[in-house]
Amino acid sequence: MDTKPPVTDFATDWDHTDPQWVADPYPIWDDLRSRCPVAHTNRYGGGWFPATHEGVSTIAKDTENFTSRTVILGNGRPGEDALPAPIGVAPPITSDPPFHAIARRLLLPAFAPGPINALEPQIRALCQRLLDQLGDHEIVNGGAQYAQYIPPGVIKHMLGFPEDDEDLFREFAHIIVEGVDHPEEQRIEEFAPIEEYFIKQIEDHRENPRDDLTTYLLNVDIAGQKLADEHIFGTMVLTLVAGIDTTWSAIGASLWHLASHPEDLKRLVNEPDLMPVAIEEFLRFYAPVTMARLVKHDMEYLGCPMKQDDWILLGFPAANRDPAVFEDADKFIIDRAENRHVAFGLGIHRCAGSNLARLELRVAIEEFIKRYPRFELADPSAVTWAQGQIRGPRNLPLRILT
Amino acid sequence: MRVSIDTEICQGQGRCFSIAPSIFDFDELGNGVVIGDGTLNEETLSLARLAQSNCPEHAIFIEE
Repeated sequence: MDTKPPVTDFATDWDHTDPQWVADPYPIWDDLRSRCPVAHTNRYGGGWFPATHEGVSTIAKDTENFTSRTVILGNGRPGEDALPAPIGVAPPITSDPPFHAIARRLLLPAFAPGPINALEPQIRALCQRLLDQLGDHEIVNGGAQYAQYIPPGVIKHMLGFPEDDEDLFREFAHIIVEGVDHPEEQRIEEFAPIEEYFIKQIEDHRENPRDDLTTYLLNVDIAGQKLADEHIFGTMVLTLVAGIDTTWSAIGASLWHLASHPEDLKRLVNEPDLMPVAIEEFLRFYAPVTMARLVKHDMEYLGCPMKQDDWILLGFPAANRDPAVFEDADKFIIDRAENRHVAFGLGIHRCAGSNLARLELRVAIEEFIKRYPRFELADPSAVTWAQGQIRGPRNLPLRILT
Repeated sequence: MRVSIDTEICQGQGRCFSIAPSIFDFDELGNGVVIGDGTLNEETLSLARLAQSNCPEHAIFIEE
């Protein structure tokens, strides 16, 4: 299927869907950091990849020179007039200032620690139910049978969507995040059922309001005006997509680590107080999310001749491995005390769901190791990692040890 | 000694009030806020410093 030529030099021809990058991007980033440090590609119509914390941080905070009009790097670029700019297709993540602040402000109260922490018993019960279903099998799939079910179970409840639609959610998330390589026409075709589904949910909530995020979005107003359906639709898409593959990946990567590092698993089982710092180190070391930006205008930036509409691949996971900021950056230190990781991004687009993601990750790991205090990778070579801007193990066979 | 959060810089990363809930709280948007006037003693200073060294946005300031 893949007809793209393999990458021979990531400094001048990077491709984040190249099999080498998908399998193990860290040595590539280390190499780029030492010799570029902003890599270029002509693929996807042209783009740049800053490999250092400084480069990532500078661009993440610069909304004058970069737009979030689209945050998933693909072959096509939405034109400036194709969307109700500056709202963007999935506000607030695709919004630029000044609209961004308005869209974000109305979303944040729903994701603040107060309402999110109240979900803990529900999330714990969900994890326990999934573990009950895994039962006493010697081999369980930490990705396909556990991690992947946790975020959709939570989001479905938050949005107030039908119980039985979880599989659909995952399919939608998969289409949006992992289909970056598909041609523009195919992308539009793939998006149609997603739009249809969400419009149906919006209509249902309009007729039958209830206590959930969808009803909240229908009722909230900006200066006396209700949100446009496109805005509600976009924010729902964002909640679903940004909330599913991402957290699923973080849970899966953490399980992968514990399965392959028995000494860390043992410490975490024996010292549960380590959990908060361990969670931050999982997030630093295995940060699943890479974002994208578009260059707003031709300019010389970080020493690079950037052109309008060039992509920026904003590698928060690469920033998290920069030795200029992190001592022993390439080592996983389960009790790392100082950890300014940027797994949730930096600046005005800090992940709005970070409190929820942390909670899901912590509870998912706590419950898993409580049920299975000893486990290992059943077949390290069988583990597959997702391609695209969200990195995490999809197939994760684990052998439960007694 | 006093700790403060620059609200222009804070983006609600949520590290300070998780690490040092006796010093920091959160507002309705999830942004960090200092409890009381932020006065620190010898004991709370190290905790405030730890929170500071974990803030990805560098939004926490300590006057000594």
